[in-house]
Amino acid sequence: MSAPSTFDLRPLTTSALALAAGLVLLAAGLAAAGHDPAAALGAMWRGAFGSWYAFTSATLLRATPLIVIGLGFALALRGGALNIGAEGQFYAGAIAATWAAFQLGALPAPLAIPLTWLAALAGGALWVLVPVVLKRRFGVLEVISTLLLNFVAEALVSLMVQGPMQEPAGIYPQSAPIPAAARLPLLPGTRLHAGFLVALALAAAMAFLLARTVWGFRLRAAGAAPRAAELIGRVDAGRFAGVALLASGAIAGLAGALEVSGVSYALYQNLSPGYGFTAIAVALLARGHPLGIVASGILFGALEAGAGAMQREAGVPSVTVYVVEAVVILAVLLADARGRSTPAVAGA
Amino acid sequence: MRDGQGGRDGRDGRDDPPSPSQPPQPPQPSQPSLLSLSAISKRFGPVTALDGVDFAVAAGEVHALLGENGAGKSTLMHVAYGLVAPDAGVVSVDGHPATIRSPRDARRLGLGMVHQHFTSVPAFTVAENVALAAGWPARPRENAHRVGELAARLGLALDPAARAGLLSVGLRQRLEIVKALAPGARVLLLDEPTGVLAPAEVEDLFATVRGFVREGGAAVLITHALDEALAVADRVTVLRAGRVTLSGPAAEQDHDALARAMLGTEPARHAPVLPSIRPAVVVRFDRVTIPAEAGRGPGARDVSLTVHAGEIVGVAAVEGNGQRELLRGAAGVLALARGSLDRTGEAVLIPEDRTTEALLPDLSLTENAALGLADRPGWSERGLMRWREARQRTAVLLREHDVRAPGPDVTARTLSGGNQQKLVVARALAAEPALVVAEHPARGLDIGATRAVHAELRRAAAAGAAVLFHSPYLDEVLGLATRVVVMTGGRLVEVGAGAGREEVGRVMVGSKVAGQGSKDAGARP
Amino acid sequence: MITGFLAAAVRIASPLLLAAVGEVVSQRGGTINLGLEGAMLAGALAAALAAGGGGAEAGLLAAAVAGLAVAAIFALVAIGAGADQIIAGTAVTLGAVGLTGAVFRTAFGSAGTGPTLPMLEPLAVPGLWRMPLIGEALFRQPLPTYLAFAAVPAAWWVLFRTRWGRALRAAGEDAASARAAGVPVRRVRGVAVLAGGLLAGLAGGSLVLAQVGTFAEKMTAGRGFVAIAIVVLGRWHPVGALAAALLFGALQALQFVFQAMGLDVPYQLFLMLPYLLTLLALAGAVGRVRAPGELGRGERGTGSGER
Repeated sequence: MSAPSTFDLRPLTTSALALAAGLVLLAAGLAAAGHDPAAALGAMWRGAFGSWYAFTSATLLRATPLIVIGLGFALALRGGALNIGAEGQFYAGAIAATWAAFQLGALPAPLAIPLTWLAALAGGALWVLVPVVLKRRFGVLEVISTLLLNFVAEALVSLMVQGPMQEPAGIYPQSAPIPAAARLPLLPGTRLHAGFLVALALAAAMAFLLARTVWGFRLRAAGAAPRAAELIGRVDAGRFAGVALLASGAIAGLAGALEVSGVSYALYQNLSPGYGFTAIAVALLARGHPLGIVASGILFGALEAGAGAMQREAGVPSVTVYVVEAVVILAVLLADARGRSTPAVAGA
Repeated sequence: MRDGQGGRDGRDGRDDPPSPSQPPQPPQPSQPSLLSLSAISKRFGPVTALDGVDFAVAAGEVHALLGENGAGKSTLMHVAYGLVAPDAGVVSVDGHPATIRSPRDARRLGLGMVHQHFTSVPAFTVAENVALAAGWPARPRENAHRVGELAARLGLALDPAARAGLLSVGLRQRLEIVKALAPGARVLLLDEPTGVLAPAEVEDLFATVRGFVREGGAAVLITHALDEALAVADRVTVLRAGRVTLSGPAAEQDHDALARAMLGTEPARHAPVLPSIRPAVVVRFDRVTIPAEAGRGPGARDVSLTVHAGEIVGVAAVEGNGQRELLRGAAGVLALARGSLDRTGEAVLIPEDRTTEALLPDLSLTENAALGLADRPGWSERGLMRWREARQRTAVLLREHDVRAPGPDVTARTLSGGNQQKLVVARALAAEPALVVAEHPARGLDIGATRAVHAELRRAAAAGAAVLFHSPYLDEVLGLATRVVVMTGGRLVEVGAGAGREEVGRVMVGSKVAGQGSKDAGARP
Repeated sequence: MITGFLAAAVRIASPLLLAAVGEVVSQRGGTINLGLEGAMLAGALAAALAAGGGGAEAGLLAAAVAGLAVAAIFALVAIGAGADQIIAGTAVTLGAVGLTGAVFRTAFGSAGTGPTLPMLEPLAVPGLWRMPLIGEALFRQPLPTYLAFAAVPAAWWVLFRTRWGRALRAAGEDAASARAAGVPVRRVRGVAVLAGGLLAGLAGGSLVLAQVGTFAEKMTAGRGFVAIAIVVLGRWHPVGALAAALLFGALQALQFVFQAMGLDVPYQLFLMLPYLLTLLALAGAVGRVRAPGELGRGERGTGSGER
């Protein structure tokens, strides 16, 4: 049994409606652009769920970073901070993991892999430390500082793969392949790596933390009503927000490590196709509930995996899926705003 | 008592405002009314705020609008000023029915309002604020000049170039008046303007208002202070629960009649809870100084106070005199700058603003209860919450403290204000604290809920807790407390046992340093 | 060399300045619009589509309209419905990335090469453009550059010398007080955001029509966010934004100078610098910065003011 408010199913209906709105709009847009919506959506379905291979190697593979980053975003959100710098923290983690992989490549895999994760967690946390300090010391909105650091991180990756971390031949803007010991095991017959299990474990851990522990409850209280949490719950709400932000940065960094050690095996310039932003939609659609994030992460993974198939089979540009994501976010926001405007108590 | 007006003046040739549904009986003072409201009714959801209220003010007069908190005074003036649309009734200006849908309309018709809470933009200069309120063109130099002239004409010293956020409370109040009058207002509506002012500043304010009506203006003064009303007003009207209970020339009223009209029956003094023979000291302040947050008044200065088990100590004070720091210091949520504070046992705080400081509006009642009780056995164990048991305990709490809710799973937002406050009190008492600190515990509650909250605090004291509370309403302090102390200008003054309303009231406003610094900008009307 | 450097700095600064001035207006009203990047991108694509048939001037007009449309969606959600500005802005930019990409690939094929478009020619101010050093930079530029520079005093005048601007600033500093003074807070904020969107659209259009000459997916490459950094560094003032935009432009132009001089400074450093500078400014190292009181708060901070 978890916290009482997790039983409120109303938000899930809203999420389903938001998703439906996105897909209907997509179908309408496809029809308007002269495509056959049924054929396009069919291709999308096949690309995402059509076969075991598609489901694991496309959908779940794509879902993994979205789930992980989404969990981090949700943790910060529920602690009262808005982290829109996951993209940057992802890159910081990826850099740290790549670096660690080369240092630790000689170790056996059971040792090397967790250590690269540790490096990535530290990298992500370090990247978000600046916004945390700016917020605590100078009251700077974390929204602005985390956002700005995204671009610094992107430039840093670019610098790394064309400088100190470039592959030995010095031709391509990427790092050398990481040692085999630092690579994640794959599910046999697929491209799905063990990082997916990490995502599931993380979701379970976070669900437990938020719903069952006193600490998690305090974090939620601090995020939901900081003044009340301080005066009644006697917690330092600003500190909880800072810790939540740090943890969310570390988790985004971990996602970077999983991507390097499970998918790309090297550091690239455009390693993330906007995971940090899509993950906001993932977390929002799930209302910040960890287990819901697994579901919505898989859903968005399917959307993005299916988008590739849609482009190949039906000639519909794959980027169209971003429009669906945007519509989902906006629909959830609109529904929430309507919910809030229902009159509060009289005579307060 | 709506016929309490002086003789009707037959020479008044103006037409009554037409009203299709019922023939209105607008009050007809001896002079033509600059502003009159007839048969105004307004409901907010289930609450009737105004029920067929008539009110008028003529040129050359100050009309005091009296009433307890929640009697409908502000709502009535908000109707006149276009901030609230009435369900029924007619507003007339200069005897002509007027359509006032917004403050802009009101200003065009010559109404100016000084709100209960300051409505100046802190980052703007004085001149900019006045120009914004008056709708003048954005010409800084010219506006500064105009504001300087206007202030001088009103006899108010005010620097047009000063930033509003940096002004003292008294100066901000002046700014509010200049803002209200700048568009050329003939009717000035003042909503509880004296709450934050020091006595000397109150004098200045009243002098300004009298000067304004002498030159042909009309003023409405909303207040719950009887003496103020009698001192400055030509006429008084009393509202109780949305109805006019008394109206007439101020000269013909006395203190007791006004009090009866305001409060209904005489406020009953409850028998003090007898402290046990050798009461244990629960909290002892020894020359404690606690600074206020910036701009929130003087803070608590050099305060000494002892509170015993079984005692209910009421702190009487005008807003911003250090009572907040005293109470929060006792509860252990504000740090001392000097002195020492000894407390035996745990303290709980019942904060003034329940929606932002006491509750998690979007979380369940169980979670709200757990906010204050999460550490306790039965609520958590070894760092893990025991939600099933917490839910049961919450259900018991709701039942025992008569919190009317569908169950422990609904969100706190869905409860009425009274039930929210009962939950806050229930949670506080469930912690079995040695000291209960309550800031204005009946704020915004109806009579039934107020009684329930008072009864809870008395029960807690009877069970051996010490209670320290504040209310801005003297009657509430006198009615609930077994001992009364006064905070004024940051200092604590003990008043003798059996001290009456008058005496306590005198001590409350007895200081020259009261209420310096600005008011809580976060508070909204 | 210096002449070229200055001209490049001004050229690079122009679209940033256009977008930043619009965002100054928007943020002075209390709204932070992260959909700016999306509005720029939409402006860029609209310019590319319209300029192909109608010429560069038609392209510029279409860009403004597209920016306005994107801002309207943001305003509807963030101001109309009072939803979280940050998330709404992020979503709008995400949607614009998708939509512009989809339309572009549909119109020009997924190969990814855009059409070659007619460009806005530099307009030389007779006489002045021959001035040494700064002549090229200031007086021989395409139309959007002049628009950007004109936008600065225009925004200043609107913000500080009109009733509407004063109402907007009041709404951005203290919505409850603004309402008490009769300011229709949502409406002025909405108009400010639309104006910001229009300028962002122009900025995107100028990128296509005055600098690159074609469209590419995600071609704005974060310039909308750079514009937001400029607003912060420029302390929410049009003139400050001008200075910050020129500084950012100069930093980028310096990169080319270094390259031309054969100095091996990694170009990524120049990419990072603007953001790092802005962070420093936020930390108070570059003078005190004070954001409008209601910035980003939306309805959360003001909901109870209206009854």
